Amino acid sequence: MIAKKYLRPPALSLRFFPFWRRNLLVWKKLAAAEILGNLADPMLYMLGLGFGIGAMLPDVDGVSYITFLAGGTVCYSTMNSATFEVLYSAFSRMHAQKTWDAILNAPLALDDIVFGELVWAACKSFLTCLAVLIVIWVFNISRSPMMIWTIPLSLLIGFCFAGMGLVMTALSPNYNFFVYYFTLVITPMTLLSGVFFPTSQLPTILQSISSVLPLTSAIELARPLLSGKVPPHILSSATLLAAYGAVGFYIALILSRRRLLK
Amino acid sequence: MPSSTLRVHNLTKRYAGIPVVNGIDFELQRGECFGLLGPNGAGKTTTLRLCLGLTDPDGGEIEMLGQPIPRAAREARNRVGIVPQMDNLDPDFSVAENLLVYGRYFGLPDRVIRERIPSLLEFASLEEKGHMAIGDLSGGMKRRLTLARALINDPDLIFLDEPTTGLDPQARHLLWERLRRLLNQGKTIFLTTHFMDEAERLCNRLLIIDHGQTVATGTPRQLIEENIEPEVVEVYGDEAAAWLTAQGMALCDRAESAGETAFCYARESGPLLVDLKQRSQLRYIHRAANLEDVFLKLTGREMRD
Repeated sequence: MIAKKYLRPPALSLRFFPFWRRNLLVWKKLAAAEILGNLADPMLYMLGLGFGIGAMLPDVDGVSYITFLAGGTVCYSTMNSATFEVLYSAFSRMHAQKTWDAILNAPLALDDIVFGELVWAACKSFLTCLAVLIVIWVFNISRSPMMIWTIPLSLLIGFCFAGMGLVMTALSPNYNFFVYYFTLVITPMTLLSGVFFPTSQLPTILQSISSVLPLTSAIELARPLLSGKVPPHILSSATLLAAYGAVGFYIALILSRRRLLK
Repeated sequence: MPSSTLRVHNLTKRYAGIPVVNGIDFELQRGECFGLLGPNGAGKTTTLRLCLGLTDPDGGEIEMLGQPIPRAAREARNRVGIVPQMDNLDPDFSVAENLLVYGRYFGLPDRVIRERIPSLLEFASLEEKGHMAIGDLSGGMKRRLTLARALINDPDLIFLDEPTTGLDPQARHLLWERLRRLLNQGKTIFLTTHFMDEAERLCNRLLIIDHGQTVATGTPRQLIEENIEPEVVEVYGDEAAAWLTAQGMALCDRAESAGETAFCYARESGPLLVDLKQRSQLRYIHRAANLEDVFLKLTGREMRD
Protein backbone atom coordinates (compact mmCIF):
# COMPACT_ATOMS: atom_id res chain seq x y z
CA MET A 1 0.00 0.00 0.00
CA ILE A 2 1.25 3.46 -0.86
CA ALA A 3 -0.06 6.28 1.31
CA LYS A 4 -1.69 9.17 -0.46
CA LYS A 5 0.86 11.70 0.80
CA TYR A 6 3.58 9.97 -1.26
CA LEU A 7 1.57 10.44 -4.47
CA ARG A 8 1.71 14.23 -4.56
CA PRO A 9 3.15 15.64 -7.82
CA PRO A 10 6.91 16.29 -8.02
CA ALA A 11 7.96 19.62 -6.49
CA LEU A 12 10.74 20.68 -8.83
CA SER A 13 12.95 23.74 -8.48
CA LEU A 14 16.51 24.87 -9.08
CA ARG A 15 17.46 23.68 -5.60
CA PHE A 16 18.74 20.48 -7.20
CA PHE A 17 21.66 22.46 -8.59
CA PRO A 18 24.10 22.30 -5.60
CA PHE A 19 23.62 18.52 -5.54
CA TRP A 20 24.19 18.29 -9.30
CA ARG A 21 27.32 20.37 -8.74
CA ARG A 22 28.46 17.96 -6.04
CA ASN A 23 28.28 15.09 -8.51
CA LEU A 24 30.16 17.13 -11.08
CA LEU A 25 32.93 17.81 -8.56
CA VAL A 26 33.31 14.08 -7.88
CA TRP A 27 33.31 13.40 -11.63
CA LYS A 28 36.10 15.93 -12.14
CA LYS A 29 38.27 14.06 -9.65
CA LEU A 30 37.79 10.84 -11.59
CA ALA A 31 37.60 12.46 -15.01
CA ALA A 32 40.67 10.78 -16.53
CA ALA A 33 39.38 7.25 -15.91
CA GLU A 34 35.82 8.21 -16.85
CA ILE A 35 36.84 9.75 -20.16
CA LEU A 36 39.10 6.82 -21.01
CA GLY A 37 36.20 4.42 -20.37
CA ASN A 38 33.83 6.59 -22.39
CA LEU A 39 36.20 6.53 -25.35
CA ALA A 40 37.47 2.96 -25.11
CA ASP A 41 34.14 1.14 -24.79
CA PRO A 42 32.46 2.39 -27.98
CA MET A 43 35.78 2.25 -29.80
CA LEU A 44 36.25 -1.44 -29.02
CA TYR A 45 32.64 -2.18 -29.93
CA MET A 46 32.54 -0.30 -33.18
CA LEU A 47 35.99 -1.18 -34.42
CA GLY A 48 35.88 -4.78 -33.26
CA LEU A 49 32.38 -5.64 -34.42
CA GLY A 50 32.18 -3.04 -37.15
CA PHE A 51 35.36 -3.93 -39.00
CA GLY A 52 35.36 -7.58 -37.98
CA ILE A 53 31.79 -8.57 -38.73
CA GLY A 54 31.31 -5.67 -41.14
CA ALA A 55 33.96 -7.07 -43.48
CA MET A 56 31.83 -10.19 -43.99
CA LEU A 57 28.58 -8.29 -44.58
CA PRO A 58 27.12 -6.35 -47.47
CA ASP A 59 25.65 -2.92 -46.75
CA VAL A 60 22.92 -2.92 -44.13
CA ASP A 61 19.90 -0.66 -44.77
CA GLY A 62 21.94 1.09 -47.41
CA VAL A 63 25.00 1.91 -45.33
CA SER A 64 28.19 0.04 -44.37
CA TYR A 65 27.78 -2.17 -41.31
CA ILE A 66 30.09 -0.02 -39.19
CA THR A 67 28.01 3.09 -39.94
CA PHE A 68 24.87 1.11 -39.16
CA LEU A 69 26.42 -0.06 -35.88
CA ALA A 70 27.55 3.46 -34.96
CA GLY A 71 23.92 4.63 -34.75
CA GLY A 72 23.14 1.79 -32.38
CA THR A 73 26.27 2.36 -30.33
CA VAL A 74 25.54 6.03 -29.70
CA CYS A 75 22.21 5.05 -28.15
CA TYR A 76 23.40 1.92 -26.41
CA SER A 77 26.31 3.74 -24.76
CA THR A 78 24.25 6.74 -23.66
CA MET A 79 21.59 4.39 -22.28
CA ASN A 80 24.17 2.46 -20.30
CA SER A 81 25.82 5.57 -19.03
CA ALA A 82 22.63 6.94 -17.45
CA THR A 83 21.55 3.50 -16.28
CA PHE A 84 24.80 2.72 -14.47
CA GLU A 85 24.83 6.18 -12.92
CA VAL A 86 21.35 5.96 -11.36
CA LEU A 87 21.67 2.30 -10.41
CA TYR A 88 25.11 1.85 -8.90
CA SER A 89 26.29 5.40 -8.21
CA ALA A 90 23.00 6.88 -7.02
CA PHE A 91 22.32 3.79 -4.93
CA SER A 92 25.73 4.23 -3.26
CA ARG A 93 24.89 7.83 -2.48
CA MET A 94 21.44 6.93 -1.17
CA HIS A 95 22.15 3.68 0.65
CA ALA A 96 25.82 3.05 1.41
CA GLN A 97 27.22 6.56 1.87
CA LYS A 98 24.00 8.12 3.22
CA THR A 99 24.77 11.22 1.17
CA TRP A 100 21.06 11.72 0.51
CA ASP A 101 20.37 11.65 4.26
CA ALA A 102 23.02 14.30 4.88
CA ILE A 103 21.53 16.52 2.19
CA LEU A 104 18.00 16.04 3.53
CA ASN A 105 19.21 17.73 6.72
CA ALA A 106 20.02 20.80 4.66
CA PRO A 107 17.21 22.86 3.14
CA LEU A 108 16.67 20.48 0.22
CA ALA A 109 13.72 18.16 -0.22
CA LEU A 110 13.86 14.56 -1.43
CA ASP A 111 12.28 15.66 -4.71
CA ASP A 112 15.28 17.97 -5.27
CA ILE A 113 17.71 15.11 -4.69
CA VAL A 114 15.98 12.58 -6.96
CA PHE A 115 15.61 15.25 -9.63
CA GLY A 116 19.30 16.10 -9.20
CA GLU A 117 20.21 12.45 -9.81
CA LEU A 118 18.03 12.44 -12.94
CA VAL A 119 19.61 15.56 -14.39
CA TRP A 120 23.11 14.41 -13.49
CA ALA A 121 22.58 11.01 -15.15
CA ALA A 122 21.32 12.76 -18.29
CA CYS A 123 24.53 14.79 -18.25
CA LYS A 124 26.56 11.59 -17.99
CA SER A 125 24.77 10.40 -21.14
CA PHE A 126 25.69 13.68 -22.78
CA LEU A 127 29.39 13.21 -21.90
CA THR A 128 29.32 9.64 -23.19
CA CYS A 129 27.69 10.77 -26.41
CA LEU A 130 30.44 13.33 -26.95
CA ALA A 131 33.06 10.61 -26.57
CA VAL A 132 31.28 8.28 -29.02
CA LEU A 133 30.94 11.09 -31.56
CA ILE A 134 34.65 11.79 -31.28
CA VAL A 135 35.40 8.14 -32.03
CA ILE A 136 32.97 8.19 -34.97
CA TRP A 137 34.54 11.35 -36.34
CA VAL A 138 38.18 10.34 -35.78
CA PHE A 139 37.74 6.96 -37.47
CA ASN A 140 35.80 8.59 -40.27
CA ILE A 141 32.75 6.42 -39.66
CA SER A 142 30.63 9.49 -40.24
CA ARG A 143 31.49 13.14 -40.81
CA SER A 144 27.91 14.28 -41.38
CA PRO A 145 27.15 17.67 -39.73
CA MET A 146 23.74 16.24 -38.92
CA MET A 147 25.30 14.06 -36.23
CA ILE A 148 25.57 17.14 -34.00
CA TRP A 149 21.84 16.59 -33.33
CA THR A 150 22.63 13.40 -31.43
CA ILE A 151 23.98 15.65 -28.64
CA PRO A 152 20.58 17.01 -27.55
CA LEU A 153 19.17 13.57 -28.27
CA SER A 154 21.64 12.07 -25.77
CA LEU A 155 20.17 14.25 -23.01
CA LEU A 156 16.71 12.93 -23.86
CA ILE A 157 17.95 9.32 -23.91
CA GLY A 158 19.71 9.94 -20.58
CA PHE A 159 16.54 11.42 -19.10
CA CYS A 160 14.54 8.41 -20.29
CA PHE A 161 16.80 5.70 -18.89
CA ALA A 162 17.65 7.62 -15.73
CA GLY A 163 13.93 7.92 -14.97
CA MET A 164 13.43 4.18 -15.55
CA GLY A 165 16.56 3.19 -13.62
CA LEU A 166 15.70 5.32 -10.60
CA VAL A 167 12.67 3.08 -10.07
CA MET A 168 15.04 0.17 -9.51
CA THR A 169 17.25 2.27 -7.26
CA ALA A 170 14.30 3.19 -5.06
CA LEU A 171 13.25 -0.47 -4.78
CA SER A 172 16.65 -2.06 -4.39
CA PRO A 173 17.73 -3.69 -1.13
CA ASN A 174 21.34 -4.12 -2.35
CA TYR A 175 23.62 -3.98 -5.37
CA ASN A 176 22.85 -7.55 -6.49
CA PHE A 177 19.25 -6.54 -7.16
CA PHE A 178 20.36 -4.59 -10.24
CA VAL A 179 21.33 -7.80 -12.05
CA TYR A 180 17.59 -8.47 -12.52
CA TYR A 181 17.20 -5.18 -14.32
CA PHE A 182 20.11 -5.83 -16.67
CA THR A 183 19.16 -9.45 -17.35
CA LEU A 184 15.42 -8.92 -17.69
CA VAL A 185 15.21 -5.43 -19.15
CA ILE A 186 18.39 -3.90 -20.53
CA THR A 187 19.94 -6.91 -22.29
CA PRO A 188 16.73 -8.16 -24.01
CA MET A 189 15.93 -4.59 -25.01
CA THR A 190 19.38 -4.19 -26.53
CA LEU A 191 18.83 -7.24 -28.70
CA LEU A 192 15.30 -6.20 -29.70
CA SER A 193 15.96 -2.56 -30.47
CA GLY A 194 18.16 -2.78 -33.53
CA VAL A 195 21.55 -1.97 -32.04
CA PHE A 196 23.36 -4.76 -33.89
CA PHE A 197 20.93 -5.67 -36.70
CA PRO A 198 17.83 -4.12 -38.26
CA THR A 199 14.62 -4.82 -36.36
CA SER A 200 13.10 -5.95 -39.69
CA GLN A 201 15.05 -9.18 -39.15
CA LEU A 202 12.89 -9.98 -36.11
CA PRO A 203 9.72 -12.12 -36.22
CA THR A 204 6.58 -9.97 -36.49
CA ILE A 205 5.56 -10.39 -32.87
CA LEU A 206 8.97 -9.27 -31.63
CA GLN A 207 8.87 -6.36 -34.07
CA SER A 208 5.70 -5.07 -32.44
CA ILE A 209 7.30 -5.37 -28.99
CA SER A 210 10.39 -3.64 -30.33
CA SER A 211 8.35 -0.74 -31.68
CA VAL A 212 7.30 0.37 -28.18
CA LEU A 213 10.74 0.05 -26.58
CA PRO A 214 12.50 3.32 -25.77
CA LEU A 215 15.86 2.18 -27.14
CA THR A 216 14.21 1.47 -30.51
CA SER A 217 12.90 5.03 -30.63
CA ALA A 218 16.31 6.38 -29.67
CA ILE A 219 18.00 4.42 -32.47
CA GLU A 220 15.36 5.45 -35.02
CA LEU A 221 16.34 9.02 -34.27
CA ALA A 222 20.12 8.60 -34.06
CA ARG A 223 20.82 6.28 -36.99
CA PRO A 224 19.54 8.54 -39.78
CA LEU A 225 21.36 11.51 -38.25
CA LEU A 226 24.71 9.74 -38.60
CA SER A 227 23.96 9.15 -42.29
CA GLY A 228 23.05 12.80 -42.78
CA LYS A 229 19.30 12.22 -43.03
CA VAL A 230 16.35 13.71 -41.19
CA PRO A 231 14.81 10.94 -39.03
CA PRO A 232 11.19 9.94 -39.69
CA HIS A 233 8.62 10.32 -36.87
CA ILE A 234 10.75 12.69 -34.81
CA LEU A 235 7.85 13.81 -32.65
CA SER A 236 6.47 10.37 -31.81
CA SER A 237 9.91 8.90 -31.06
CA ALA A 238 10.91 11.82 -28.85
CA THR A 239 7.55 11.74 -27.08
CA LEU A 240 7.94 8.06 -26.34
CA LEU A 241 11.40 8.63 -24.81
CA ALA A 242 10.14 11.57 -22.76
CA ALA A 243 7.11 9.59 -21.59
CA TYR A 244 9.19 6.61 -20.38
CA GLY A 245 11.47 9.02 -18.54
CA ALA A 246 8.70 11.09 -16.97
CA VAL A 247 6.60 8.13 -15.85
CA GLY A 248 9.70 6.39 -14.51
CA PHE A 249 10.79 9.48 -12.62
CA TYR A 250 7.38 9.96 -11.01
CA ILE A 251 7.17 6.32 -9.92
CA ALA A 252 10.76 6.51 -8.64
CA LEU A 253 9.88 9.61 -6.65
CA ILE A 254 6.88 7.94 -5.03
CA LEU A 255 8.95 4.89 -4.12
CA SER A 256 11.83 7.01 -2.82
CA ARG A 257 9.47 9.02 -0.62
CA ARG A 258 8.02 5.81 0.75
CA ARG A 259 11.51 4.48 1.41
CA LEU A 260 13.11 7.55 3.00
CA LEU A 261 10.37 9.75 4.45
CA LYS A 262 8.49 7.12 6.44
CA MET B 1 13.30 36.69 17.49
CA PRO B 2 10.86 34.63 19.58
CA SER B 3 12.24 33.24 22.86
CA SER B 4 10.96 29.77 21.97
CA THR B 5 13.05 28.09 19.29
CA LEU B 6 11.16 24.81 19.13
CA ARG B 7 7.67 24.11 20.40
CA VAL B 8 6.14 20.65 20.23
CA HIS B 9 2.59 19.96 21.30
CA ASN B 10 0.87 16.58 21.63
CA LEU B 11 3.16 15.04 19.00
CA THR B 12 2.09 11.62 17.76
CA LYS B 13 3.54 9.23 15.20
CA ARG B 14 2.39 5.69 14.47
CA TYR B 15 3.98 2.94 12.40
CA ALA B 16 1.53 0.29 11.22
CA GLY B 17 -0.96 1.54 13.79
CA ILE B 18 1.50 1.26 16.70
CA PRO B 19 2.39 4.58 18.33
CA VAL B 20 6.15 5.20 18.54
CA VAL B 21 5.70 8.81 19.64
CA ASN B 22 2.58 9.25 21.72
CA GLY B 23 1.52 12.72 22.81
CA ILE B 24 4.83 14.39 23.64
CA ASP B 25 5.02 18.09 24.64
CA PHE B 26 8.09 20.25 25.10
CA GLU B 27 9.48 23.66 24.36
CA LEU B 28 13.07 24.84 23.91
CA GLN B 29 14.07 28.26 25.17
CA ARG B 30 16.64 30.27 23.29
CA GLY B 31 20.20 29.57 24.43
CA GLU B 32 19.50 26.45 26.45
CA CYS B 33 20.69 22.90 26.06
CA PHE B 34 17.71 20.57 26.07
CA GLY B 35 18.22 16.83 26.42
CA LEU B 36 15.87 14.13 25.18
CA LEU B 37 16.60 10.90 27.02
CA GLY B 38 15.21 7.43 26.65
CA PRO B 39 16.23 3.79 26.19
CA ASN B 40 16.79 2.40 22.70
CA GLY B 41 13.52 2.39 20.79
CA ALA B 42 11.88 4.96 23.08
CA GLY B 43 11.14 7.27 20.14
CA LYS B 44 14.05 9.74 20.40
CA THR B 45 15.22 9.61 16.80
CA THR B 46 11.65 9.59 15.49
CA THR B 47 10.91 12.71 17.56
CA LEU B 48 13.96 14.36 16.08
CA ARG B 49 13.02 13.41 12.51
CA LEU B 50 9.53 14.78 13.11
CA CYS B 51 10.95 18.09 14.36
CA LEU B 52 13.07 18.38 11.22
CA GLY B 53 10.13 17.66 8.95
CA LEU B 54 11.72 14.48 7.56
CA THR B 55 8.57 12.51 8.30
CA ASP B 56 5.00 13.66 8.81
CA PRO B 57 3.34 13.37 12.24
CA ASP B 58 0.00 11.61 12.70
CA GLY B 59 -1.05 14.22 15.23
CA GLY B 60 0.07 17.28 17.14
CA GLU B 61 1.87 20.50 16.25
CA ILE B 62 5.48 21.50 15.78
CA GLU B 63 6.81 25.01 15.41
CA MET B 64 10.52 25.52 14.83
CA LEU B 65 12.10 28.98 14.66
CA GLY B 66 8.67 30.45 13.99
CA GLN B 67 7.90 28.07 11.10
CA PRO B 68 5.17 25.42 11.08
CA ILE B 69 6.60 21.90 10.61
CA PRO B 70 6.40 19.94 8.36
CA ARG B 71 4.81 22.54 6.06
CA ALA B 72 7.74 24.99 6.15
CA ALA B 73 10.42 22.50 7.22
CA ARG B 74 12.80 23.44 4.43
CA GLU B 75 12.69 27.11 5.36
CA ALA B 76 13.22 26.28 9.04
CA ARG B 77 16.17 23.97 8.26
CA ASN B 78 17.96 26.97 6.73
CA ARG B 79 18.73 28.09 10.28
CA VAL B 80 19.28 24.69 11.84
CA GLY B 81 22.39 22.51 12.12
CA ILE B 82 22.18 18.73 12.45
CA VAL B 83 24.65 16.15 13.74
CA PRO B 84 23.08 12.78 12.88
CA GLN B 85 23.58 9.59 14.84
CA MET B 86 25.49 7.91 12.01
CA ASP B 87 28.30 9.83 10.38
CA ASN B 88 27.32 10.65 6.82
CA LEU B 89 30.26 12.78 5.75
CA ASP B 90 30.82 12.67 2.01
CA PRO B 91 33.57 10.06 1.41
CA ASP B 92 34.21 11.38 -2.10
CA PHE B 93 35.64 14.62 -0.69
CA SER B 94 38.38 15.88 1.61
CA VAL B 95 37.67 17.45 5.01
CA ALA B 96 37.58 21.01 3.65
CA GLU B 97 35.60 20.01 0.55
CA ASN B 98 32.97 18.46 2.79
CA LEU B 99 32.40 21.87 4.36
CA LEU B 100 32.40 23.64 0.99
CA VAL B 101 29.96 21.25 -0.67
CA TYR B 102 27.64 21.20 2.35
CA GLY B 103 27.57 24.99 2.54
CA ARG B 104 26.40 25.09 -1.06
CA TYR B 105 23.30 23.08 -0.12
CA PHE B 106 22.29 26.11 1.97
CA GLY B 107 22.66 28.36 -1.05
CA LEU B 108 25.71 30.07 0.45
CA PRO B 109 28.11 31.63 -2.07
CA ASP B 110 31.55 29.95 -2.26
CA ARG B 111 33.22 33.17 -1.06
CA VAL B 112 31.24 33.12 2.22
CA ILE B 113 31.87 29.40 2.77
CA ARG B 114 35.60 29.70 2.12
CA GLU B 115 35.78 32.51 4.67
CA ARG B 116 34.12 30.29 7.27
CA ILE B 117 36.13 27.11 6.66
CA PRO B 118 39.34 28.06 8.57
CA SER B 119 37.49 28.95 11.77
CA LEU B 120 35.32 25.83 11.50
CA LEU B 121 38.42 23.65 11.07
CA GLU B 122 39.93 25.37 14.11
CA PHE B 123 36.72 24.74 16.05
CA ALA B 124 36.92 21.05 15.11
CA SER B 125 40.67 20.90 15.94
CA LEU B 126 41.29 19.89 12.34
CA GLU B 127 43.36 22.93 11.27
CA GLU B 128 46.07 20.85 9.61
CA LYS B 129 43.68 18.21 8.28
CA GLY B 130 41.72 20.15 5.64
CA HIS B 131 43.17 18.11 2.77
CA MET B 132 42.68 14.70 4.45
CA ALA B 133 40.33 12.05 3.07
CA ILE B 134 37.32 11.19 5.24
CA GLY B 135 38.34 7.55 5.38
CA ASP B 136 41.59 8.49 7.11
CA LEU B 137 39.93 10.31 10.03
CA SER B 138 39.44 8.78 13.48
CA GLY B 139 35.95 8.44 14.95
CA GLY B 140 36.44 11.54 17.09
CA MET B 141 37.69 13.59 14.15
CA LYS B 142 34.68 12.53 12.06
CA ARG B 143 32.30 13.58 14.81
CA ARG B 144 33.98 16.97 15.19
CA LEU B 145 33.91 17.49 11.43
CA THR B 146 30.22 16.55 11.40
CA LEU B 147 29.66 19.17 14.11
CA ALA B 148 31.65 21.74 12.12
CA ARG B 149 29.60 20.87 9.04
CA ALA B 150 26.41 21.47 11.04
CA LEU B 151 27.69 24.99 11.79
CA ILE B 152 28.41 25.96 8.17
CA ASN B 153 25.15 27.96 7.94
CA ASP B 154 25.72 29.64 11.35
CA PRO B 155 22.52 28.02 12.74
CA ASP B 156 20.43 29.27 15.68
CA LEU B 157 19.45 25.76 16.72
CA ILE B 158 21.63 22.64 16.64
CA PHE B 159 20.33 19.08 16.83
CA LEU B 160 22.69 16.34 17.99
CA ASP B 161 21.51 12.72 17.90
CA GLU B 162 23.64 10.67 20.31
CA PRO B 163 26.74 12.69 19.47
CA THR B 164 29.30 10.81 21.58
CA THR B 165 28.24 7.20 21.03
CA GLY B 166 31.32 5.15 20.20
CA LEU B 167 33.88 7.80 21.17
CA ASP B 168 36.74 7.34 23.62
CA PRO B 169 36.79 9.53 26.80
CA GLN B 170 39.26 12.03 25.34
CA ALA B 171 37.14 12.53 22.25
CA ARG B 172 33.95 12.85 24.34
CA HIS B 173 35.43 15.50 26.61
CA LEU B 174 36.67 17.52 23.64
CA LEU B 175 33.24 17.37 22.03
CA TRP B 176 31.53 18.42 25.27
CA GLU B 177 33.89 21.36 25.57
CA ARG B 178 32.99 22.44 22.03
CA LEU B 179 29.26 22.15 22.77
CA ARG B 180 29.69 24.37 25.83
CA ARG B 181 31.46 26.88 23.63
CA LEU B 182 28.45 26.93 21.33
CA LEU B 183 26.10 27.45 24.27
CA ASN B 184 28.27 30.37 25.43
CA GLN B 185 27.84 31.86 21.96
CA GLY B 186 24.09 31.79 22.52
CA LYS B 187 23.22 28.80 20.34
CA THR B 188 20.33 26.54 21.33
CA ILE B 189 21.09 22.83 21.48
CA PHE B 190 18.73 19.87 21.27
CA LEU B 191 20.53 16.71 22.26
CA THR B 192 19.44 13.09 22.40
CA THR B 193 21.58 10.72 24.38
CA HIS B 194 21.48 7.66 26.57
CA PHE B 195 24.59 8.70 28.47
CA MET B 196 23.36 10.16 31.73
CA ASP B 197 26.67 11.82 32.59
CA GLU B 198 26.52 13.62 29.26
CA ALA B 199 22.98 14.84 29.94
CA GLU B 200 23.88 15.89 33.49
CA ARG B 201 26.94 17.84 32.35
CA LEU B 202 25.49 19.64 29.37
CA CYS B 203 21.74 20.01 29.66
CA ASN B 204 19.77 22.74 31.38
CA ARG B 205 16.57 20.77 31.06
CA LEU B 206 15.71 17.18 30.28
CA LEU B 207 12.79 15.19 28.99
CA ILE B 208 12.80 11.47 29.63
CA ILE B 209 10.60 9.44 27.29
CA ASP B 210 9.84 5.74 27.08
CA HIS B 211 7.51 3.88 24.71
CA GLY B 212 6.91 7.22 23.00
CA GLN B 213 5.52 8.88 26.12
CA THR B 214 6.81 11.47 28.56
CA VAL B 215 8.07 9.86 31.74
CA ALA B 216 9.56 12.90 33.51
CA THR B 217 10.80 16.38 32.74
CA GLY B 218 12.82 19.03 34.58
CA THR B 219 16.36 20.14 35.31
CA PRO B 220 18.85 17.34 36.10
CA ARG B 221 18.83 18.43 39.77
CA GLN B 222 15.03 18.48 39.95
CA LEU B 223 14.74 15.06 38.40
CA ILE B 224 17.11 13.63 40.98
CA GLU B 225 15.49 15.41 43.92
CA GLU B 226 11.95 14.59 42.88
CA ASN B 227 12.38 11.01 41.80
CA ILE B 228 14.94 9.36 43.99
CA GLU B 229 16.48 9.12 47.45
CA PRO B 230 19.66 11.22 47.75
CA GLU B 231 22.09 8.44 48.73
CA VAL B 232 22.95 5.16 47.04
CA VAL B 233 24.90 2.19 48.36
CA GLU B 234 25.85 -0.42 45.78
CA VAL B 235 26.70 -3.79 47.30
CA TYR B 236 28.58 -6.45 45.30
CA GLY B 237 29.29 -10.13 45.88
CA ASP B 238 27.77 -13.60 45.67
CA GLU B 239 25.93 -13.03 48.91
CA ALA B 240 24.62 -9.56 48.11
CA ALA B 241 21.16 -10.79 47.17
CA ALA B 242 20.83 -12.92 50.30
CA TRP B 243 22.09 -10.07 52.48
CA LEU B 244 19.58 -7.69 50.89
CA THR B 245 16.64 -9.94 51.72
CA ALA B 246 17.83 -10.71 55.25
CA GLN B 247 19.18 -7.37 56.48
CA GLY B 248 19.64 -4.70 53.77
CA MET B 249 16.00 -4.15 52.86
CA ALA B 250 15.12 -3.01 56.39
CA LEU B 251 18.00 -0.52 56.52
CA CYS B 252 17.18 1.47 53.38
CA ASP B 253 14.11 3.14 51.86
CA ARG B 254 14.11 1.21 48.61
CA ALA B 255 16.29 -1.46 47.03
CA GLU B 256 16.79 -3.21 43.71
CA SER B 257 18.73 -6.32 42.89
CA ALA B 258 20.47 -6.80 39.54
CA GLY B 259 22.64 -9.88 39.11
CA GLU B 260 25.27 -9.89 41.86
CA THR B 261 24.66 -6.26 42.77
CA ALA B 262 22.20 -4.82 45.26
CA PHE B 263 21.29 -1.15 44.88
CA CYS B 264 20.13 0.42 48.15
CA TYR B 265 18.52 3.88 48.01
CA ALA B 266 18.26 5.84 51.24
CA ARG B 267 17.62 9.29 52.64
CA GLU B 268 20.04 8.43 55.45
CA SER B 269 22.46 5.59 54.81
CA GLY B 270 24.31 5.62 58.21
CA PRO B 271 22.76 2.41 59.64
CA LEU B 272 23.30 0.60 56.33
CA LEU B 273 27.00 1.48 56.25
CA VAL B 274 27.46 0.41 59.88
CA ASP B 275 25.99 -2.98 59.02
CA LEU B 276 28.12 -3.38 55.88
CA LYS B 277 31.37 -2.57 57.69
CA GLN B 278 31.00 -5.82 59.63
CA ARG B 279 30.66 -7.95 56.51
CA SER B 280 34.05 -8.58 54.92
CA GLN B 281 32.63 -10.83 52.17
CA LEU B 282 30.65 -7.93 50.68
CA ARG B 283 32.21 -5.02 48.77
CA TYR B 284 30.29 -1.78 48.51
CA ILE B 285 30.44 1.82 47.39
CA HIS B 286 28.56 4.74 48.85
CA ARG B 287 27.71 7.62 46.53
CA ALA B 288 25.24 10.40 45.82
CA ALA B 289 22.25 9.53 43.66
CA ASN B 290 22.66 10.57 40.02
CA LEU B 291 20.63 10.84 36.87
CA GLU B 292 21.34 7.25 35.88
CA ASP B 293 19.55 6.08 39.05
CA VAL B 294 16.56 8.18 38.09
CA PHE B 295 16.65 6.89 34.53
CA LEU B 296 16.78 3.26 35.61
CA LYS B 297 14.04 3.77 38.15
CA LEU B 298 11.74 5.39 35.60
CA THR B 299 12.45 3.20 32.59
CA GLY B 300 13.29 -0.10 34.30
CA ARG B 301 16.38 -2.27 34.23
CA GLU B 302 15.37 -4.77 31.58
CA MET B 303 17.34 -4.82 28.32
CA ARG B 304 16.05 -2.96 25.26
CA ASP B 305 17.07 -4.03 21.80
